[in-house]
Amino acid sequence: MATTTETLAIVSGDDVVRVRQKVRVRATEAGLSLVDQTKLITAASELARNTLDYGKGGHADIMTVNDTARRGVRIVFRDQGPGIPDVALALTDGFTSGNGLGHGLGGARRLVDDFDIQTAVGQGTTVTIARWRK
Amino acid sequence: MAKSAAQGALARLITDGEAEILADWLRTFATGETRISEQEAKAQGKDLLHALGKAVADGNVADIGSPDYDEVRDLLTGFSRSRALQGFSPSETATFVFSLKQPLFERIRSTADVKTAADQLWAMSSLLDQLGMFTVEAFQKTRDELIMRQREEIEELSTPVVKLWEGIVALPLIGTLDSGRTQVVMQNLLETIVQTGAEIAILDITGVPTVDTLVAQHLLKTVSAARLMGADCIISGIRPQIAQTIVQLGVQLNVVSKATLADALALALKRTGRTVEKVNKSGRSDGALAAEMRG
Repeated sequence: MATTTETLAIVSGDDVVRVRQKVRVRATEAGLSLVDQTKLITAASELARNTLDYGKGGHADIMTVNDTARRGVRIVFRDQGPGIPDVALALTDGFTSGNGLGHGLGGARRLVDDFDIQTAVGQGTTVTIARWRK
Repeated sequence: MAKSAAQGALARLITDGEAEILADWLRTFATGETRISEQEAKAQGKDLLHALGKAVADGNVADIGSPDYDEVRDLLTGFSRSRALQGFSPSETATFVFSLKQPLFERIRSTADVKTAADQLWAMSSLLDQLGMFTVEAFQKTRDELIMRQREEIEELSTPVVKLWEGIVALPLIGTLDSGRTQVVMQNLLETIVQTGAEIAILDITGVPTVDTLVAQHLLKTVSAARLMGADCIISGIRPQIAQTIVQLGVQLNVVSKATLADALALALKRTGRTVEKVNKSGRSDGALAAEMRG
């Protein structure tokens, strides 16, 4: 059973900060450890910035998941941008189509428990991540 | 002109009954929730009513932007400003103006001619609405200025470069690093390196809540720039959870780093050929004492 979902628009650099703050609050509420919190927040920060820089802005849905099996935070980043032509390449460390370090997407995947990316050229990108309480 | 006659009547309505209106007004106002002292409200009310009477007599009731209303606007701006700074809410501020409606409408009620009364009521009502809106806008403007000023202060305060020792400077970074602030931070650091001729700069990130790839990139750029200026950098204040996150992100921070600012300072002192020694009661350092005993 997923509880309340909060949707935040990502259209400016300030929104990335807001996403981080909300994720921090949710992660604390869900009882994630300090390390897990930090990892989730950092992954969310990377993906929110990707949504802004490469997806030309979009939304983040932040939800607390609390069912019998597990407890944690799931975040969905959606944009209607150009999409990613080669996902495998985009996930490769050191590859960037912009001028970043090229560790954002791959790094974000390593920082979370669940990672899913749906994208097609011209169809936008949706990235779903989750981190569970251990 | 019919209009000026009507206006004259309106103005007389205010000026003739000024004292009574003021008393009624303050009574209406005082029944609401307020934190303004009676004397203050009285003084402000009196000035405002007086200015309003003059303005209505001379100027166009429909346009409070005209020069005839200068005094009224100045007064309203003044008290909106003072209330905004004292932490009043916008509605508390606007209520002061809106509570003038009742006493003024009371006067109009005594006008014999219904049509004139209706016209006056409309003119007065829209005038007070405009003044109320003006008050809220002035209030908002003051708040905006306050926020802007605080933001500037924060930006300025949060990027100090401090000299720790001869040739050693530290930059305690606090808060979000992915905004335009990084530019200011880097510039401050480079300028200080030039001014002080520092050989070692310590970047302390204890106060940075999240280190993602962008923050890491900014840090690395700052380190490279400092290096070009002839200063070596030490990064301190990396908390355990941040360290684990950076490793998993896959970012290579090829910079000397220490857990705490104290450790970083100790290393910096060592590199510049200094040590810190504990001093015993006689005021001499243990090292000096040992040398003495040997000698």
